[in-house]
Amino acid sequence: MARTMETLFESSRPGRKGYALPELDVPAVDCGSVLEGFCRETAPRLPEMAEVDVVRHFTRLSKLNYSVDEGFYPLGSCTMKYNPKINEVAARMPGFSRIHPLQPVETVQGALRLMYDLSAMLAEITGMDAVTLQPAAGAHGEQTGLMMIKAWHESRGDTKRTKVIVPDSAHGTNPASATVTGFDTVEVASDADGMVDLDSLKSLMDDSVAALMLTNPNTLGIFEKHILELTETVHRAGGLVYYDGANANAIMGKTRPGDMGFDVLHLNLHKTFSTPHGGGGPGAGAVGVKAELEPFLPAPVVILRDGRYALAGDSERPRTIGRVRSFFGNFGVLVRAYTYIRTLGPDGIREVSEMAVLNANYLAKKLSSVYPLAHRGHCMHEFVLNGGPLKHETGVSSMDVAKALIDAGYHPPTVYFPLIVPEALMVEPTETESRETLDRFAETMEAIAAKARAEGPEAFHDLPVTTPVSRPDETTAARNPVLRWQFEK
Amino acid sequence: MAKIPQDLRYTKDHEWIRMEGATGVMGITDYAQHAMGDIVYVELPDEGREVRAGEDFIVVESVKGANDVFSPVSGTVAGVNGDLDGAPELLNEDPYTNWLVRLEVADPGELDSLLDAGAYAKLVEELEAESE
Repeated sequence: MARTMETLFESSRPGRKGYALPELDVPAVDCGSVLEGFCRETAPRLPEMAEVDVVRHFTRLSKLNYSVDEGFYPLGSCTMKYNPKINEVAARMPGFSRIHPLQPVETVQGALRLMYDLSAMLAEITGMDAVTLQPAAGAHGEQTGLMMIKAWHESRGDTKRTKVIVPDSAHGTNPASATVTGFDTVEVASDADGMVDLDSLKSLMDDSVAALMLTNPNTLGIFEKHILELTETVHRAGGLVYYDGANANAIMGKTRPGDMGFDVLHLNLHKTFSTPHGGGGPGAGAVGVKAELEPFLPAPVVILRDGRYALAGDSERPRTIGRVRSFFGNFGVLVRAYTYIRTLGPDGIREVSEMAVLNANYLAKKLSSVYPLAHRGHCMHEFVLNGGPLKHETGVSSMDVAKALIDAGYHPPTVYFPLIVPEALMVEPTETESRETLDRFAETMEAIAAKARAEGPEAFHDLPVTTPVSRPDETTAARNPVLRWQFEK
Repeated sequence: MAKIPQDLRYTKDHEWIRMEGATGVMGITDYAQHAMGDIVYVELPDEGREVRAGEDFIVVESVKGANDVFSPVSGTVAGVNGDLDGAPELLNEDPYTNWLVRLEVADPGELDSLLDAGAYAKLVEELEAESE
């Protein structure tokens, strides 16, 4: 098999079909007479292929993919935990998979109950009062949350709050979501321990600040020790505090954002609650709020009325920010997350976080002799290694280490993030990995460092050698992106 | 070792500024472009925009991530470097010739609070030692 593949457009041959239609036995309709000016004049240039070639194309592609079902995937900040197969069994039950969102509510009571109960469980886990399941993923959840924050300030006649504060270690989506929602972002510095600098935050607070966005534990895998002071500082100045739930896997059953003083949060069901993601399936970014913000939740809202589940639309929710997603979000993902929570129960959910933190600290300790930790002390569910010293000593960068890991059969950690650590390698092992897997990964990382010392950077330039394309030219791709097939070269 | 011209003023966030009469010409330092890696996109502000010292008003994107650039002094954007449009790599090639923005500087006295070449060189030296 060739190492690289033809695209569907290259495989296409004029007239080749994957279907055979019977002769037309109804009167032909002239397109122009029905659609008038909207009839296209040339056929779309879709690939023409036989069914077998289409199937082979996508099967080959799937075999080139790397997934958590195949191996260890310590991609920091992404929580690539194993997705239990019982989730798939539940999601395929006909009562969930063979229904239509426009069916009368009396005929889909089970599906509505699942959404109602899942919202309640997520509210309990996070310490919030109400949850919407509409947003399609994390950044969408952030935007939904910020829209509610904006609506809340405006409902109080407070229209001068134009700023959102984000830490310098934040996920890139935080400032992006704030900008898309119409806020200016202001960065707050981290202190020497990698936590938000309280004095810097205080100096930024005034009546122009709408919210602080924070993830806790933060992107260095450190729990913000001063969290209550941070949220109180923002509240005292009239702002709200947003919790980016990307790192919620570290704290479930242990502490709750609602108890830390957060007003709005999102959870990535596709990270924390074990639904497939990363090219493997759509996400779901449930958003939770405190009671004060509840009237602004996106409508329709699933409610329980006289023992029956119903949908409360705009007319019953006059202050709603409106729909943020067609129908009810990625429903199949919600079924999987619900199944996960019900399978584990409260004790199991707590153990998830305990094991995630234990695994991260175990692996951090093992690796720290070769790659120093970016910050001192214990970590939560993930940690950041500093690849700077290895690069300085040997010329082998964190990118080279990542490429060598691919050849060793691993998905590399997140590299060059967070931005405040040069040559960062961000590792999140998750709770689902065995000690043997962690030991083998540590041995591989040690072997890579030894190779760097013995052979230098030249030995890494051509890695990876096991993939169809070795090193895509990221710089050219970013400077001159070609985003669709070019028919005419 | 990063290049640090003697005749410029610097910020601790790795911007440089040079006065040409009442106008300040600013850009990012050699250390900054090297730390960012291959620069792939530069988002420049509109002319006429007013900025305060320390305000982020430019975004420089590299293959590693997006970085805010902060204004060294308060003032008004009097011009932007159009050469960078479609050629962001110029910042990697020579970050001192290839400036980002011209600023109508509100208070030239503010420049005194910026670092001189010696102080900035010391900062860079510390940072380089820290990452080793």
